[in-house]
Formats: sequence, structure tokens, C-alpha cells
Amino acid sequence: MTLAIDNLMPASVATASRCAHCGVNVPSGLINAESEAQFCCAGCRAVYTTLHACGLEDYYRLRDISEAATKPVARSDSRFESFDSPTFHKLYVQNHENGLATADLALEGISCAACVWLVERLPRVLKGVIEARLSLREATVRVTWNPQVLPLSRIAIALDRFGYTPHPARDAIGKELHRRESRHRLVHLGVAGAIMGNTMLLAFALYSGDLGHMEPIYRMLFRWVSAGLAILSLSWPGRTFFRSAWTAISVRTTNLDVPIAAALAVGGVAGLINVVLNRGEIYFDSLTVLVFLLLVGRFIQYCQQRRADDAVGLLFSLTPSTCHMVRGDQVLDAPVEALQAGDCVEIRPGELFPADGVVESGKSSVNQALLTGESMPVGVEPGSTIHASSQNIDSLIRVRVSCIGTETRVGKLMRLIERGIQDKAPIVEFADRVGGWFMAVLTIVAIIVFAFWSRTSLASAIDHTVALLIVTCPCVLGLATPLTIAIAIGQLARRDILVKSGAAIEQLSHGGDLLLDKTGTLTEGRMELLKWVGPEYWRGIVAEVERHTNHPVGRALCRSLRQVDHDSPSRTTISEIVERGDGGITARLADQVLHVGSPTFVQRNGISVPEGLLAALRESESSGTTTVMIATDRIAVAIASMGDRVRPGGADCIARLRDMGWRPAILSGDAHEVVLRVAQQVGIETDRAQGPLSPEQKLLAVEDRTTDRAIVMVGDGVNDAAALAAADVGIAVHGGAEASLAAADVFIARPGLQPLVDLIDTSRRTMRAIYRNLAISLAYNLVAGWAAATGVMTPMRAAILMPISSATVLFLAVVSLRGRTKTSASRSPDVLCAN
Amino acid sequence: MEVLFIILPLAILMAGGALAAFYWSVHGGQLDDLDTPRYRALFDESPTAVSPPKRDIK
Repeated sequence: MTLAIDNLMPASVATASRCAHCGVNVPSGLINAESEAQFCCAGCRAVYTTLHACGLEDYYRLRDISEAATKPVARSDSRFESFDSPTFHKLYVQNHENGLATADLALEGISCAACVWLVERLPRVLKGVIEARLSLREATVRVTWNPQVLPLSRIAIALDRFGYTPHPARDAIGKELHRRESRHRLVHLGVAGAIMGNTMLLAFALYSGDLGHMEPIYRMLFRWVSAGLAILSLSWPGRTFFRSAWTAISVRTTNLDVPIAAALAVGGVAGLINVVLNRGEIYFDSLTVLVFLLLVGRFIQYCQQRRADDAVGLLFSLTPSTCHMVRGDQVLDAPVEALQAGDCVEIRPGELFPADGVVESGKSSVNQALLTGESMPVGVEPGSTIHASSQNIDSLIRVRVSCIGTETRVGKLMRLIERGIQDKAPIVEFADRVGGWFMAVLTIVAIIVFAFWSRTSLASAIDHTVALLIVTCPCVLGLATPLTIAIAIGQLARRDILVKSGAAIEQLSHGGDLLLDKTGTLTEGRMELLKWVGPEYWRGIVAEVERHTNHPVGRALCRSLRQVDHDSPSRTTISEIVERGDGGITARLADQVLHVGSPTFVQRNGISVPEGLLAALRESESSGTTTVMIATDRIAVAIASMGDRVRPGGADCIARLRDMGWRPAILSGDAHEVVLRVAQQVGIETDRAQGPLSPEQKLLAVEDRTTDRAIVMVGDGVNDAAALAAADVGIAVHGGAEASLAAADVFIARPGLQPLVDLIDTSRRTMRAIYRNLAISLAYNLVAGWAAATGVMTPMRAAILMPISSATVLFLAVVSLRGRTKTSASRSPDVLCAN
Repeated sequence: MEVLFIILPLAILMAGGALAAFYWSVHGGQLDDLDTPRYRALFDESPTAVSPPKRDIK
């Protein structure tokens, strides 16, 4: 009995201190002993209460069944006024003749089946909502409602109360194109599959007829019908291969589709002639299997790539698309698209500027890291110019918009991206290179076989050559390669690495030049206290002195010091804080005079630096960091070095990448000394660390191809976007700007360099699996080709051999990439909430 | 066995009918989302009282 109780106790205690909504451990300070349910935050409490009030508590039961995790709620608590504006309706809402309207909304925090249930319960909670359909993959809900009964903002508020902050689903055109492409492929797959099944049934009858007895008239019937089916398969779904092969040939290259199309064409034409002449063998069953299997491989790869693409598209939708417009003395939420030059907008701390403009009122500091790569925030005051995509850090300011959209600096950079995409060197994929060689060898062998057998008779020469071309069709390679890549993309997606193109995996598998952006990629991307030399006692005091400053360095110093130290001295002891805007602050602490500021400020005030601090001062100044000195009664007491911190584990990752054959280099928009400091810290040669570079210079650096090695660009900012687009592989990293998301082939939704190492490691294993498949496929072709050349191959043997060889390679492809996925976490909703 | 001359085209015709239905369902958008419907099957009640709009909204 006691045993049972002992076993039960910890469990019940554990559940008691878990958040009733998201299951995260509740901090002890927040536990309310009188309440049955505990919450980790106000957001979770609000959602929990809402769900119970609406009678939707089944959500928790469903979630537990599907074993999914809910994230702590980050509600926006916005009133979503912008959702009712005419511009919003024009862009994102469709009105129907029957008076109803439809809108697609991208939702944050969608993770599992329970979310589907909850979101689709919307019509029960809100009168006027006709239907809500959630697509789990796109994390987008399609709402149909009656605008006469309630406005869209009410629906948005309800979704927000459920814990899913809605955003307008942007990129509707891209999605529509995707949808059409996907339907097209699915129809092809279905048709090819149906024809394959029927042709195989007929072939089965024919083979049995060959073994036993079959009247010639029925044999002819079956042959004619299978010919008809096969021609349909080759000319409808099989068109894909002919078109692709023709495209390659017309630009005088080859790809894997050339030998495939050759086999299909030769097999089809020869079979048709044999049917008409009522002689010889037909291979229609093998041909239809070929078409179907090749389409299956491609379809799976397409689906995986699209999954990655959708996840990136969702991030794109989640970037803020509303702004606070000032009209008279009112502040209205409006979509960014509604902005016009001359409008006045309010930007709150932490928000991005929606357009270029001039500050009208307020003082703040602005982080331009995404735009220029500069890690040092810039102070702004009325009259200063600000640019779209930079971030307001400290306090609310109002900005008069001077230009919007493509006229802004970001808009001009977007045009540079287009140039980058145009200049991108075409990548010849491994399978296509092999396809060229394959075709060349096959042609020679076919000529030899034809010449050899034509000594016997022309008919047997044709028969043997046709058999050779069909059985050596690189079907295995054409099926296994996309499938292996699809498995790799799926594995990477579970680790929050989204790969948009299979070619990227191949490029990343062999070494090359790795060009890294500094700010935000190698470093954290924000100014922090790196080093403090002097008594700890001063930390709290300096934080208090810098509390009201608007100087970016002062603000950053205050922020970092407060994180470390909570018990700052009471405000009353510090008085007479004076800031003259000359690089420092003076204050009075009891009867001492306090100076906090830059080295030049300290010098100007005749402050002496004791021996002990001189070395620290010199080190700080030479290492490219920003130095702040603290002095009392004209004697320096402490030195704070401020800068952008290198991400933990950066040096290890760079060493790993070097081992894997990559030559790292830094391309930064930041000041030279800062770039050098970071290069030294992560272990990159200083002559391979360049900065400051403009976006155009970054693009040039990527396009400058002195070697034929692969060029991979890793970056996060708008200033990297053109270089990302032009590189062989562009990798955008966590927290990046939307421009870089759109331009890159790969998006890494986790911070740090470790995912980059994972990505390259997986790429190498994937390519190794592909090489192995090639070896097996060639061995099979050798055997089958030899059998065909000597006349041992019959259609039945080919029909048996082909699926067996495909199955072997598929099995190996799946097994070789399995087994290493144990460590990876389940597809985390972080991907959906990275912004 | 002469019946084969009728049965075979008939079978092909039926297969063609199934394909036509497949084509129609794909282009009607029924197979656009292959992830969510398997979860919807778990829910006991129908999600909406009103039937959904007939045509896919473009």
C-alpha cells in the first residue's frame, strides 16, 4: 500500500505545478494554493478560461491523445482594427455573391490535431462565422463569414483568445501556383498508376498465354489494348520526361531524363510496330511501371520541398504587416500596404519601421543590423532619417513617411536580389551529370549490339537493341535519388532546417567556400556587456545612472547590467544626473562626483586612470569593442566593454566545418576592427574577414568565381539577401529579415552555427547514400544489359528484374538514412513561432 | 471466350470512369490538403452545422 502511495506522490505533485494550459512547469512564485489549475503566465490563464467558458475543454483531451505539446501562449492582445480597413479587405478578403466573405489567416502556434479541432469550432462560438477550415501544413485557416453580422476583427480577436495570433496570409499567388502544380502532379501520378495496374494485368494474361495455350486472336486483342494503354501513359504522364529531355538537348546538355526518354521512346515505338506487324516482343508493362515509379520518386521529393517552402511562407506571413497610423489625435491600426508618403506613423519599442521616413517626435535608438550589418545601434531624434526594416529599440517615436514600397532602401535592395537570382550559376545535379555519361556509354553499346546481331538478321538486331535500351533505363537512379533527397529534407525539417531545393543538399556535401555574415549569424546581433573590469559594486549604480539616457550605448549598458543585478541602490542616493550629449554622463553619488562615458569624455574631464586599469583599457580599445569608463572623484574605477557577443560554440563549429572541407570567410557590413575581433574569436584567418562591405560588394564577393568550388553564403539580413540569391547555396538563419527568407535556398530556424554543421553533415551522408545507389544501379544495369545483348532477356524477365532492383535500392536508401534520427526532436512548433 | 471482346473494353471503360472521378476530385481541391483530414476523422461531431460552399474558392 505504502509503495503504491509513494509511487503516486511525485506524479501528483508534478501535475499540480504544471501549467494547466501548456504543461510547462509553473514558477513557484506564481503557484496559487487555493486554485485547482495553475498557470505559467497570464496568456495561458486567459486561454484556459476562454476555452472553458466556451465549452471547448475537449481541446485538452484531444491534445493529450495526439501527444502534442502546446507552447506557452504569447497573445498579442491587439484589437486587430487593421483587419477591418478597406485596404485589408481589398488585399486579403474575397466577397461572394451570396453576401458571405472568405479570408485566409495564417496562425501562430498551430501544432497538432487538437488545434484543428479548436479552430474549426469557431462557428459554434461566434455567430456569423459559417465555416473555418484549418490546413495543418500551411497553418492557415480559411474563414467564411457573414460581414453583415460581425467584422473580421471579431474573428481575429476570438482566434487570439484561443491562443493563435492571426496574421493575413500573404503570398496568395505563390500558394495558388503551388496548388496548381501539386494537382497537376497528383493527376499524372494517378493516371500513371492506373494504367500501370491495368497493363500489368494484361501482361499477366499474355505471359500465362505464352506458357500455356492462347488463341492468336486473344493474344492480338491483349497486345492491342496494352499498346493503347501504354501510349496513353507515355503521352500523358510520361510527357514530363520527354519535355525535360528535349529542354536539355535543345541547350546542348544532357540530364538523367535523356536516357529515360530514349528508353521510353524506343520501347514505345518498337512495341507499337511489333503490335501492328503482329510479331516480336512488347515491353509495355515494364514501360508503364517505369513511368509510374519515376513519378512517385519525384512526387515525394516535391512534397518534401513544398513542406519546407510552406514553413518558410508561414514565417513570411507572420512578419508584422500592420502599422500604427496617426490620424489627427487618433492612432489607428492599418495594413502596411495602406501607407502613403506623407502619412505619420507611430513606432513602438521593438517594432520594425514599415517605411523610410523622418522622425517627427521622440528620441530612441535604432538597430540597423538587418539592413546594414552594423551591430552598433544608432541614436535618432527629430529630424533623423530612418529606413524600413530597421528596428526601434527604446521608446515610442513618430515618423513622417517619405517613401514606401519599392522606393525605400529595402525596396532597392530587393531589386539587387533579382540581379543576384539572374546571375546565379546553373547547377548541374549529380544525377544529370551521370545521365550524360550513361547516355554516351549506352549509345556505343547499343551500336555494338546492333552491329553484332545484324549479321544474323535485321529483325533480331532491332529486338536485341530495343531490349537493351529498355532494361538499362536508369530507373533505379531516377527513383532512388529523389527519394533519398526527400528523406534527408524530411529529417532536416524535423530539426528546424528547411531546405527548399534538393540541389542545395548536393552542393553542401562537398567542400567549398563558406561565406558568413557576421552580425546575427556569427554573433547574437545586439549590443551587450562583454566584459566588466572593476568592483561589482559599481554595476548597479551605473545601471541607475544610465536609466534615463537615450544614447544607444548607455541604453545597452543599462539593459545588460540590469539583467545581472537586480538590487540597485535606491534612487535617492544618486542625484544631479547630467547628460550634455558629449559622450558621457556626470552624476552625484552622496558626496562623490561620478563620470560615466567614453574614453575621450573621461579624458576631457581630466580623469586619471590607475595602473591596474590601463591594461584593461588598452585591451578593450584594441579589440574593436566600445569602451565605457566609470570614474569617481576623477579617478577611474571600472571599465565596461560593450559589443556584439559571438554565439556560444562558434569556434568549435567553424573548426568542424573546416574539417569537412569548407573554407570559412566573413563578409560583414560592420566596422573593420569589429569584424577582426569576431574573426579572431571564432578562428577565421584575419585576411579572410572583410568589412565593411555594402550589399553590392557582398554580391560581387559571391559572384567573384576564381575557383570552381561551391560558394555558400550564410546570412540573415536584408544586406545579405542579394548575395544569398546569387550564391550556389544561400542559407538564411534564425531571426532574419523576410528579404533573406525569400532569397535563400535553405532556412535555419534555430539560432547558432550548430544547425549549419548538422545540415552539412546530413548532406554528406545523403550524397554517400546516393553514390551507393548509383553503384548498385550500375551493377544491375551491367547484368541486365549483358543479358539483353546476348539475347537471354525476355519481357517477363525484365518485368521481374526491374521491381526487384528498385526495391533493393529503395530499401537501402531508407535504411542508410534512418537510425540517426533518434536524437532529433519531433517537428517542433518553433518553426512556426521563430519570429 | 468471345465475351472478352465485350468485357475487356467494358473493364477499361470502368477504369476510365474511376480515373475521371479522380481527376475531378483533384481539380476540385479535395486532395489539396493531405495532412489535416486524417485528424478531422478523430473528431466525433461534424465541425459545422451549415454545409460548406460547393465550389472551391479561388
